[in-house]
Amino acid sequence: MNKKVFYQKSLVSILDYGKNEYLTLIDVAKEFEKNPIQKILDGKVIATLFFEPSTRTRLSFESAVNKLGGKIIGFTDAGTSSVKKGESLKDTIQTVANYSDLIVIRHPLEGSALYASEVSKVPIVNAGDGANQHPTQTLLDLYSIYKTQGSLDNLEITLVGDLKYGRTIHSLIMAMSYFNPRFNLVSPPPLKLPDEYKIFMKEKNIPFAEYENFCDILKNTDILYVTRIQKERFSDPIEYEKVKNSYVLKNYMLEQTKDNLKVLHPLPRVNEINTDVDSNPKAYYFQQALNGVYVRQAIISLILGAI
Amino acid sequence: MKKENKELKVSAIKNGTVIDHIPASKLFKVIEILRLYKIDKQITFGTNLESKKFGKKAIIKISDKYFEEEEINRIALIAPEAKLNIIKEYKVVEKKIVRLPNEIVGIVKCVNPKCITNHEDISTKFKVISNKHNVSLKCKYCEKITDEENITFV
Repeated sequence: MNKKVFYQKSLVSILDYGKNEYLTLIDVAKEFEKNPIQKILDGKVIATLFFEPSTRTRLSFESAVNKLGGKIIGFTDAGTSSVKKGESLKDTIQTVANYSDLIVIRHPLEGSALYASEVSKVPIVNAGDGANQHPTQTLLDLYSIYKTQGSLDNLEITLVGDLKYGRTIHSLIMAMSYFNPRFNLVSPPPLKLPDEYKIFMKEKNIPFAEYENFCDILKNTDILYVTRIQKERFSDPIEYEKVKNSYVLKNYMLEQTKDNLKVLHPLPRVNEINTDVDSNPKAYYFQQALNGVYVRQAIISLILGAI
Repeated sequence: MKKENKELKVSAIKNGTVIDHIPASKLFKVIEILRLYKIDKQITFGTNLESKKFGKKAIIKISDKYFEEEEINRIALIAPEAKLNIIKEYKVVEKKIVRLPNEIVGIVKCVNPKCITNHEDISTKFKVISNKHNVSLKCKYCEKITDEENITFV
């Protein structure tokens, strides 16, 4: 396990890491799951700069830092910060870098985290830059898959919902490409996976097939990854009304599925997973969110060289 | 002034660069990309000239100006077939073809309105992705593709 490669290095994109880094992170996250309270960040200050609100992600990061004994500074939306006065991102980052050992940034503009990493003297962790990247989400997805399946290798993964704009979907395809997966892609036609990802899979010899309905393909599925279909993605509201109920997972649909199948969802859920699924042991989305804390503990402590 | 002198002035330069084989429709883009409007040397343009290759071509002659390789290669983005003649004492001393660079820095705008480069004072950076038929640019920051027809200059 090579922990040095993480040291003082920003995490902006899921592609900043490769197979070895994913596996190291999983091992470290496992240790934090066994023993979550470790005061190894004593004296360290972590800034969480949320230029747009994302309560779930922020609380997960802050919980991770608190469990490690670090201190948090920052803001929860740009309206309460100097951004409102017209300060540039560069100035904000350079200032906050003086007060902190690591900056977690969430920003509505795409590429903002990479830019922040270029102007910051402390490492940056991207907690979502617009529709672009959200690497810690993907890493917690990998950890959840590993934990529930015992391995990342040779899995059949069914991706459901908004495959066009869903950045977690795109990053998951990239990250899983090292582990010989098979993908089933289930989406309404307007929200199909963009060609660039299909080309990527073909280049890597990853088998995949597209479907408009997911009932028949659940039988061989190991991981069912469901995402939200947002009304605003449809130019024609009638189109949305037509498809919105075709992509809702209901408990009875899981009856004929494999014992090891787990249902994942990046949350927040609206109605794409019926609440009757929640009590099914195959529902894993809330544990998935908890895994996010261990994975973020692992990322932050590796970057700061605390373990 | 005699007529011959006038013609001489347009058709030949003593020292400088001639950019030939520009598709006529791309002339003003080439002017823009090379920022020729900022040069105080004598510049002559000709456009809608007959060309076997393009139907209509354009030509630019810039006196007393030699371009850096990096500047020349920008032209490849919009006029990959353009050719440069380096002129010294009325003679062509060197011919150059344009080559698409791997990276384009600071001259093209990212097409994505939500890209950070359209909101902060940042020099844009693109990876050039090209095949036989077209050129597209992948933004280093937002990772979105700016394709040939959407290329605009900073």
